[in-house]
Amino acid sequence: MKTKNLTLHVWRQDGPDAKGAFETYTAENVNEHMSFLEMLDDLNEKLIIEGKEPIAFDHDCREGICGSCNIVVNGYAHGPQERTTVCQLHMRHVFALGWSEIWLEPWRAAAFPVIKDLVVDRGALDRIIQSGGYISIRTGSARDANETPIPKPISDRAFDAATCIGCGACVAACPNASASLFTAAKVSHLGMLPQGQTERFDRVRKMVAQMDAEGFGSCTNHGECEKACPKGISIDFIAQMNRDFVKAMVTSKHDVEAPNDAE
Amino acid sequence: MELKSHEPTGPIEDRWKEHKAHSKLVAPHNRRKYQVIVVGSGLAGGAAAATLGELGYNVKCFCYQDSPRRAHSIAAQGGINAAKNYQNDGDSVYRLFYDTVKGGDFRSRESNVYRLAELSLNIIDQAVAQGVPFAREYGGLLANRSFGGAQVSRTFYARGQTGQQLLLGAYSALERQIDAGTVKMFPRHEMLELIVHEGKARGIVTRNLVNGKIDVHVADVVLLCTGGYGNVFYLSTNAMGSNCTAVWRAHRKGAAFANPCYTQIHPTCIPRSGEYQSKLTLMSESLRNDGRVWVPRNPEDCDKDPAKIPEEDRYYYLEERYPAFGNLVPRDVASRNAMYVCEDEGLGIGPKIPGEPRRGVYLDFKSAIDRLGEDLIMERYGNLFEMYERITGDDPRKTPMRIYPATHYTMGGLWVDYNLMSTIDGLFVGGEANFSDHGANRLGASALMQGLADGYFVLPFTVGNYLGTIRKTEPLEESDPVCQEALKSVQARVEKLMNAPDPTHAPEYFHRKLGNIIWKYCGMSRDAEGLKKALEEIRPLREEFHEKVKVLPQKGETFNQALERAGRVADFFELGELMCIDALERDESCGGHFRTEHTIDGEAKRDDEHFQHVAAWEWTGDPSNPALHKEELTFEYVKPTMRSYK
Ligand SMILES: Cc1cc2nc3c(=O)[nH]c(=O)nc-3n(C[C@H](O)[C@H](O)[C@H](O)COP(=O)(O)OP(=O)(O)OC[C@H]3O[C@@H](n4cnc5c(N)ncnc54)[C@H](O)[C@@H]3O)c2cc1C
Ligand code: SF4
Ligand code: FES
Repeated sequence: MKTKNLTLHVWRQDGPDAKGAFETYTAENVNEHMSFLEMLDDLNEKLIIEGKEPIAFDHDCREGICGSCNIVVNGYAHGPQERTTVCQLHMRHVFALGWSEIWLEPWRAAAFPVIKDLVVDRGALDRIIQSGGYISIRTGSARDANETPIPKPISDRAFDAATCIGCGACVAACPNASASLFTAAKVSHLGMLPQGQTERFDRVRKMVAQMDAEGFGSCTNHGECEKACPKGISIDFIAQMNRDFVKAMVTSKHDVEAPNDAE
Repeated sequence: MELKSHEPTGPIEDRWKEHKAHSKLVAPHNRRKYQVIVVGSGLAGGAAAATLGELGYNVKCFCYQDSPRRAHSIAAQGGINAAKNYQNDGDSVYRLFYDTVKGGDFRSRESNVYRLAELSLNIIDQAVAQGVPFAREYGGLLANRSFGGAQVSRTFYARGQTGQQLLLGAYSALERQIDAGTVKMFPRHEMLELIVHEGKARGIVTRNLVNGKIDVHVADVVLLCTGGYGNVFYLSTNAMGSNCTAVWRAHRKGAAFANPCYTQIHPTCIPRSGEYQSKLTLMSESLRNDGRVWVPRNPEDCDKDPAKIPEEDRYYYLEERYPAFGNLVPRDVASRNAMYVCEDEGLGIGPKIPGEPRRGVYLDFKSAIDRLGEDLIMERYGNLFEMYERITGDDPRKTPMRIYPATHYTMGGLWVDYNLMSTIDGLFVGGEANFSDHGANRLGASALMQGLADGYFVLPFTVGNYLGTIRKTEPLEESDPVCQEALKSVQARVEKLMNAPDPTHAPEYFHRKLGNIIWKYCGMSRDAEGLKKALEEIRPLREEFHEKVKVLPQKGETFNQALERAGRVADFFELGELMCIDALERDESCGGHFRTEHTIDGEAKRDDEHFQHVAAWEWTGDPSNPALHKEELTFEYVKPTMRSYK
């Protein structure tokens, strides 16, 4: 079993308006089988015993599915391993890169104010969903689930989009801090399914408007989002969203959309 | 304290219908006059808050994460049961009901379970209408699989992410109501106290986790949907923040806690790799369909490369002990046997953690790959193999997986009647937080079903019935003495945690120790002697915790994760003690509660004559002396029989 001492430069910031700065710590005897967050737990436990403020970071499931964790590690949102959230990053991968010094930063975007240290406020993503990221169906009013067969390829592709965990790494990785990949994932998931057709164009219009209102940048096709996305959400969904958006804009808001306008 | 189940009578298939037909309603224009509090935004809480908002009630919903979409329901992998019989293989509502009662080892309430089976049909319709992308067949219809040894294929699934997709469905409905203004969401808020006024639940006290502000929220009715308490074991498959604080605080205010000792240990989790381990990761149970479980026959082989251990020196203990079921024995049997070979027989494998027996057994895919080919195995389990490799660094195609059981689910919870109301009027409990439907053991793919049945279909209705019955509640001001007292008690608790007399250790230090005790004495198998020892060890450790816990120097009035953890650990200490008391009192084996004194052929032996009841504990002010109340269970439809897997 390999162990190593690592130098960590961690962004510390007391609150949204406070000035932040990097502080340097040594993580001792880091074991290759530890997860990245376990390394931080261990350091935090020591800091507490020494009477120093532990490092604040978001995390919950530690299984790569809840989307809570969010750290930029040496410039990579969620760290260097592809398709891996930072909670699932294990130290053997970090060791393999030969890193002995690591810089930890929060997601940086105007729409994600820092709450403390590595913790940011991602409420803007919820508000994008509120603006239209749903199918309006009242509880209890659904008809039998097998009444509308859905071709497997369509259902599978909708699923690919639906796996987004809402972590915001796409925003953190984007030079423009755009939330296009996140928004496109939801627009495409619902817009591809027969259930989602009725609200399809209204949805894309509202969600894109909300994304802009939250202060996210616009997409200029850098592709960094796709690389950082732990769920491998494809940038093709952004193109798909843009197509729907254009269609939605040519039909004016007040026009009644043809219900069969599905692709 | 009286335990009235309020079960309807008459033929079981008509009970829910009849109950609905004779319940009180609240007129649409009156609903917005009622303030409803929902604590929790998982499947149960998210679905309930969304539906109550849609009905027009004024809802406040709370969760401790930064977004309701992150509740731990998100982590469920396997699937959700429903008696749709789409596969035409003989499934029915009755059969699902029957399987659930039997699976729960005859320790659940028949009327509740029947309703659950009935509502399972509506859940799938609802989820599909929301856009939940369940797996489909090539013809476009929904696919099913058989799960956990069921004889029918009734499990709906969405790759290995069923919980995620169902939760995102409920979350989207919730966000829609937030946009409509019927639900106000309070993320990063932790409930720390229940407010009871004149015998009724009338509000909660929360701590804003961002700025530390402690606030009162008053309401006409309070719903707790705060998940399970598996983290009492420290290591479990739960999320890091999963806690018992909300239910425990309600318990201390008068809500009976039912069957706390019923916990479920899942056999296939990735073992610990060291002291620093923070949580355990589940590997889907489906792996046991093709994997063979073994350990070395000789203790001296335990640290050898498994490839170098010849076939005759491998001990396929499940296949040898249970020839009929082999590697597919039920969860509890598989778990216990792994423990026996590692802890009693000293044959465990994997990294050695100082001071502990090796805890791990192999799950080997070699013969399945030889027989079926690597492609097919990868098609079935590729994503799981990838996840395993990410965590352990080993490729299960080349070297056997290592697995060990871990705490996964808690069947116990706050006692509720047929309406899901606790022993406090106006306090409702849904999802894993209540005790209601799974008896002493939960079947795979049934927790998602229960959370959504409670949230979408039961609570919105029974809460309406309650409000329609009480009609008007007295207005309660935040300045009222009960509210102010509750607020002060929370402030005092926070102060106490921040100012321990001799602050030396972080909260995790104590949590780990508590977890070790519970795991050792109140885990997969229990006996009177061990449980008494556990009680002797927990009590002084709890005192030491309050003496020595260190959460300074951050101030309380700010983002302070150590303080959050300390508060949760404090409540786990009291619940942990109650678990052991309950396990000691229940002098029989049933489901997940395995008392080594009560076995037959090495399997759990129930004692229906003395223990066919729900044990509901009342808080007396002294955590070591709770008062026991019993709800006797009757079985009109499914006659109790003994489980046997030999
Ligand atoms: C890894 C794993 C896999 C599973 N797989 C399956 C499966 O395949 N099939 C199946 O049927 N079941 C499965 N289960 C079980 C099932 O997922 C859970 O029992 C179920 O999702 C619980 O839902 P819930 O709504 O009751 O609670 P949760 O989803 O846990 O939600 C709890 C909510 O309460 C909030 N909360 C908690 N405490 C407080 C507090 N003090 N103050 C404020 N808010 C609070 C949280 O923020 C959260 O919003 C699995 C469980 C795990 C852990
Ligand atoms: S698209 Fe990917 S990176 Fe962006 S929020 Fe979703 S999962 Fe995270
Ligand atoms: S902690 Fe849940 S995804 Fe990382």
